[in-house]
Amino acid sequence: MIDCNDRNPLIRALAIRTMSYIPIPVVTDTLTEPLRHCLKDRDPYVRKTAAICVVKLYTADPRRAEKGGFVEMLRDLMLDSNATVVANAVAALSEIGDRHDGVIFKLNLATANKLLTALGESSEWGQIYILDSLLRYVPERHADAELMAERIVVQLQHANSAVVLTTIKALLYLMNYMENRRLIDYCCKKMGPPLVTLLSSGPEVQYVALRNILLIIQRRPAVLKNDVKVFFCKYNDPIYVKLAKLEIMYRLARAENANEVLAELQEYASEVDVDFVRKAVRSIGRLAIKVELAADNCIQALLSLMETKVSYVVQEAVIVIKDIFRRYPGKYEGIIPTLCENLDLLDEPESKAAMIWILGQFSDRIDNADELLDDLLYTFLDESVEVQLALLTAAVKLFIYKSKSDTTKELVHKVLKWATEDVDNPDLRDRGFMYWRMLAVNPTVAGEIVLAEKPAITTDSDRMDRGALDQLLLHTGTLGSIYHKNPETFIRNAAGKALTDSPALNPHSRAALVSLPRPQLPPAAINVSGPGPSEPRTRETDTDVTPATTSAPPAPPSASAPKDADTTNSDHDDGDDDEPPHGADPYSNLDGAFGNYLQDEPRPMAAGKQGQRNGDLDDLLF
Amino acid sequence: MSVSFKRSIADVFRIQVVSNSDVRSPIITLGSTSFFHVRINNLYVVAVTKNNANAALVFEFCYRFINIAKSYFGKIDEESVKNNFVLIYELIDEINDFGYPQNSEIDTLKSYITTESVVSSAIAAEESSKITTQATGATSWRRSDVKYKKNEAFVDVVETVNLSMSAKGTVLRADVDGHIQMRAYLSGTPECKFGLNDKLVIDKTGERGIGDAVELDDCRFHQCVRLNDFDATRTISFIPPDGEFELMRYRSTSNVKLPLRVIPTVNEIGTSQVQYTVTVKANFNNKLSATNVVLRIPTPLNTTTVDCKVATGKAKYVPAENVVVWK
Repeated sequence: MIDCNDRNPLIRALAIRTMSYIPIPVVTDTLTEPLRHCLKDRDPYVRKTAAICVVKLYTADPRRAEKGGFVEMLRDLMLDSNATVVANAVAALSEIGDRHDGVIFKLNLATANKLLTALGESSEWGQIYILDSLLRYVPERHADAELMAERIVVQLQHANSAVVLTTIKALLYLMNYMENRRLIDYCCKKMGPPLVTLLSSGPEVQYVALRNILLIIQRRPAVLKNDVKVFFCKYNDPIYVKLAKLEIMYRLARAENANEVLAELQEYASEVDVDFVRKAVRSIGRLAIKVELAADNCIQALLSLMETKVSYVVQEAVIVIKDIFRRYPGKYEGIIPTLCENLDLLDEPESKAAMIWILGQFSDRIDNADELLDDLLYTFLDESVEVQLALLTAAVKLFIYKSKSDTTKELVHKVLKWATEDVDNPDLRDRGFMYWRMLAVNPTVAGEIVLAEKPAITTDSDRMDRGALDQLLLHTGTLGSIYHKNPETFIRNAAGKALTDSPALNPHSRAALVSLPRPQLPPAAINVSGPGPSEPRTRETDTDVTPATTSAPPAPPSASAPKDADTTNSDHDDGDDDEPPHGADPYSNLDGAFGNYLQDEPRPMAAGKQGQRNGDLDDLLF
Repeated sequence: MSVSFKRSIADVFRIQVVSNSDVRSPIITLGSTSFFHVRINNLYVVAVTKNNANAALVFEFCYRFINIAKSYFGKIDEESVKNNFVLIYELIDEINDFGYPQNSEIDTLKSYITTESVVSSAIAAEESSKITTQATGATSWRRSDVKYKKNEAFVDVVETVNLSMSAKGTVLRADVDGHIQMRAYLSGTPECKFGLNDKLVIDKTGERGIGDAVELDDCRFHQCVRLNDFDATRTISFIPPDGEFELMRYRSTSNVKLPLRVIPTVNEIGTSQVQYTVTVKANFNNKLSATNVVLRIPTPLNTTTVDCKVATGKAKYVPAENVVVWK
């Protein structure tokens, strides 16, 4: 206590800093008075320390801090003459504002401009806090946003990668409120090179950058459009960097660079890391679907990979080839015999189901389809549901193609009987009954239904929903952007963020606006309810595993609705110029970039599942 | 990067990362707690948070901490950490307040965080207000009272060429990562200016630059450089920190002239043997000579023996790193 009035400013600062770390009522009580003095101390070092002390006090006892008028004092500190003090005050207010029970922290134009003045003089860390706080300013006019963007764009040249990423975050945010196309293009152009430069930092920062780039290029495809080569993996990159690069490579692939990308992917397919190889093989297949011109080469690459007979390579190849068949009907069926040769190598449900789908779909061209299917049926009752469903559908298709043959008749009867009598899974049983009745009532119509023409697969679905994307980009550089999840979904007590409507918000962003639930809601995992699917879809290991095996799946009309809205005005959409046209494809939302292959995706782990020791992790941390 | 956790949090990290042989991400989130780690010399620098922290900031801070530690006690390894335990605590307390990185300029830190005992408070008070103004001022990286008899500054340009070549020998991509390292021993607070050659083009405007212009794709500067001035007039003006620092970093992809050409051929002999033939040719004028040329040739993980035949120099197989090193 005495130290708080010491003549030495270092000691004064140290005294309040130490005291404020002790979150017990007695200490916070006695701290109140000296802290108030220190916030007005003549030495900037003491003031900047005191600013952070307010957050500590707030964490310990929010109501007392509010009653003591500390929040107002912080607000005054934002206009301090010393840049470091300003930065710390901003950081403190931001943290208080981020709490779901905290006060709402917003900036007006005048304060935001003051902060920008302090930007030039503050330390690199201070710049981060200030840039970050700009997201709390909602521009009312296009010109305000544009002017501000012009002022911060120079920060992209900073050596500290966190400053660069935070500047990008602020720019992306401001762009939502801009009108001037030229300036928007200019910002996009300016953003590319610094992002690439981040890749020469340490691997950890590279990783953060890569995960963010993945989001940015979806929202602003103009950024990094021609830079696919910089994302080619180096042989000594850590695995997490490689996996992140792979995904970006796939996203940046276009007709012009498809062959280069393919050549790289083929190299990766002979690497040692299993996950990496799998993802590479899958990317080759996805590339074939995305870029029509490259499809021939991709198929060749996949076939030569299958010759290696490495089990997981073959399985991945089969899975993607199934999709390729659907994308280009009638073009590549010639390779079916090769696939059939590798039947024995398949031991995972997903690849098995894919192969069975191929067998059923093309059983009219495969002479010994019935034999092959019969072999597979041998273990029907032991298979996973995914495979069982595929087998059931394939058997029915086979029967419809070859209804004359007795063996197929016997076969389909056997499967239907199993599915309806010996299996407990309701899906399987229902589907069995459905087929059975259809076949019993009118086999011809059943045939038409089962073999109905399927909508072609596209890759538009890889794009995240615009609203969700806008929302995620508000978290650029943070944990949420690494996991591509909104922080409120995996962090307790985190408040959600969303773009705020204002007269300056451009209409396309407004169309995709996501509204936030009020913070009073239960502090457990909050799911944002909004117009669009709020969860980034690619992250979900959901039920769309076998969309292709169902003959007539119910198309959820709501799923494609927000996309359509986007399509109609994509022509004059800012920065999204090369958005591929997509029709009302009910499947487009079902098949993510890498299907349900997500083992390698970074994601937060739920506490309690991580072995016996962490079962009580949440309690232990709080 | 946050406050007072129970001790067991360290155990969680130990189980999840340290004793896990297959760590696939530098960030791990368990429940709502996230661990960021950077590994250096078998030490882990770990930051823990329960918020949606700025990941780039956290890692930058970890790097910075490593740098500061290096400059304080030479190297950072288990031994130096054990020997400087108190100092490290003191440092972390100063450079980070409640998870917010504060002043992390080595030069300033050294003026008040020392291993020497604290002097009596009478003189100290005055001294420390000088320190505090500096730690919070606009040029936090430099003390104002530096004096040298001889004023000198050295500038080194270090360039790293990254090249990836396809198996057929065509160059897939080549780029140069360069940085300008500066050692300034100047008195007072000098204002320095650094001019760039006219041949240097920084903004690519679409059409190719004139003749032999050197195009920079991007450059970034130390925080002492006034970015606004650079944006307006293309001059790099700054007040340098005392001693050595990295002034600028740049990247260029055009006109990359490779100093050396490496021609590898790989022969697989049967299923258990591989033969590499690596030829290196110099691409530069014969008046110049290259020194300290080292080749590191990665070998398959399951290599048992390596038989090296060299025309000049020495080659050695280093099993620990899975490489053949030629000097």
